[in-house]
Amino acid sequence: MSDAAIVVDGLVKRFGPLRAVDGVDLEVPAGTVLGLLGPNGAGKTTIVRTLTTILHPDAGHASVLGLDVVMQAKAVRKVIGLAGQYAAVDENLTGAENLRLMGELTHQPAASIRPRADELLERFDLTAAANRPARTYSGGMRRRLDLAAALVHRPPVLFLDEPTTGLDPPGRSELWAMIGELVVDGTTVLLTTQYLEEADRLADHIVLIDHGQVVAEGSATELKSKFGSTVVDVTLRSARAAKRAAQFLKPVGAVEMTDERTVAVHVPDSGRSLQRVVRLLNENRVTSEKVGIREPSLDDVFLQLTGKPIEPTLDDADLTPEDRGAA
Amino acid sequence: MTAVTITHPAALAALQQDNPVTEVFHDAWSVAKRNLIGLVRTPTTVMFSTIQPIIFVLMFRYVFGGAINIPGVRYVDFLMAGIFVQTVTFGAMNTGVGLATDLQTGIIERFRSLPMARSAVLAGRTIADLVRNLFVVALMVGMGFLVGFRVHTGVVPFALAIVLLLAFGVALSWVMALIGLRTGNAEAAQAAAFPLMAPLVFASSAFVSTRSMPGWLQAYANHQPVTATINAVRALTIGGPTASKVLVALAWMVGITAVFAYLAVNRYRRSA
Repeated sequence: MSDAAIVVDGLVKRFGPLRAVDGVDLEVPAGTVLGLLGPNGAGKTTIVRTLTTILHPDAGHASVLGLDVVMQAKAVRKVIGLAGQYAAVDENLTGAENLRLMGELTHQPAASIRPRADELLERFDLTAAANRPARTYSGGMRRRLDLAAALVHRPPVLFLDEPTTGLDPPGRSELWAMIGELVVDGTTVLLTTQYLEEADRLADHIVLIDHGQVVAEGSATELKSKFGSTVVDVTLRSARAAKRAAQFLKPVGAVEMTDERTVAVHVPDSGRSLQRVVRLLNENRVTSEKVGIREPSLDDVFLQLTGKPIEPTLDDADLTPEDRGAA
Repeated sequence: MTAVTITHPAALAALQQDNPVTEVFHDAWSVAKRNLIGLVRTPTTVMFSTIQPIIFVLMFRYVFGGAINIPGVRYVDFLMAGIFVQTVTFGAMNTGVGLATDLQTGIIERFRSLPMARSAVLAGRTIADLVRNLFVVALMVGMGFLVGFRVHTGVVPFALAIVLLLAFGVALSWVMALIGLRTGNAEAAQAAAFPLMAPLVFASSAFVSTRSMPGWLQAYANHQPVTATINAVRALTIGGPTASKVLVALAWMVGITAVFAYLAVNRYRRSA
């Protein structure tokens, strides 16, 4: 108990008839990163908003460093930082002014506010843009400033709500590296994401969430070996051959056509099953152009557990409130 | 979960109580500074809220003014009191639009996660709008002097008139704060505010004497807060019986502030 930085116990939050969070239990050991992974609308943000005292839970308890998020909300706010899609920086203020405002509003000693802001600007590679209004920043710069703003008061617990949603891949890797450094400092992080790669890369422990409930949890490796399946991809010379192969490969495992000449076979292991696939191809005198083997991804895990993919579609990505605000 | 022991040093430090009074002032001032910087960096919003009253001054002073006869008073002196109140009334819309924008962009979400005084977001907005009003009213007074407006009472009554104008602006800011929080969208806040403000400004004694209006409209126009404030400002700048008019205007302001500050703060807390 003393080692857990965040404890969530039977958390429920309703919005009208919708149970956005429906009985979630979580425990995040101090100094580790928990990744909350799930599609849009799974309840991830609602969990974060409850833990950051913005929303009141309808049932259950949650605490941060032993402080109750309802009864001791004010104290909780002093030990947490929040960054991500719903938190924002002020567009009209410069980067430096944004950070100094956060210093004032978190009641830092007056003399330390300016040096701390400068230090964070340096660390997040924003010194050159420090005196420009944030509305002139690129998406990546804005997210870095947002993350810096959450760190002004050196919170031991950090909440990152989809920190890289809407960023291009280089911007994403850059931010990942910066988040990685925080963990080295001993900060406890709860991260929500729709990106499997992000959870895989940053989180020690992953909780898959759907319809406000935990569907699975474990390390990325555990989840993959427990729920994922290895996939054998067989590319044939013609669509006709592919259709035949889809039939005779059925005894090996679940079969799907990934394009008109490629058959994907979901198999329980990568050794014997591969041999069986090759043997069946030979027996049926079908020549394959390419046979490949894919280890399970978290996407496969999620697909298997919930029957739907996790990666956001473009439409979902377009609908983040930040985008609407910026429009 | 009942007996959680708090051992983390940061958590123990966080449990220490702050002085709630100094905290409110400190945080409200930080938020107000932030809002004022925003106003300075987006000068178009302040410009637009001054252009409209300037057009009204020119229109009523030089186009319609000649046709309007107010017995015993120069029309320009009559008009400017109305213009001042019109300016702060429409200017109050900025409070609502500003809060709605903050909700929309998510900055209020961030403020809610900070250990700052809850009331500072609304108080900071109101303080910033008070400063903005001071600037806009000064501008309109200057404009008034340019077109022939004169104060017939004295420095003290005139200063009182300015204070009254600013206080009325603060009262209306709370109404607009509620609208801004309820709509949560800048355009919607503006759209909701105009139909509320227009009948207050135009069906008042701002531009013409209410005696020229039909009886049913007079009944409304004579007993609404904008007319009350205009009449008080007029008395303080032109002269005549003053005390009762100022008291009626003050009563409206206190009433509006009490009701709408309560509703707005409640709404802000609830919309969590």
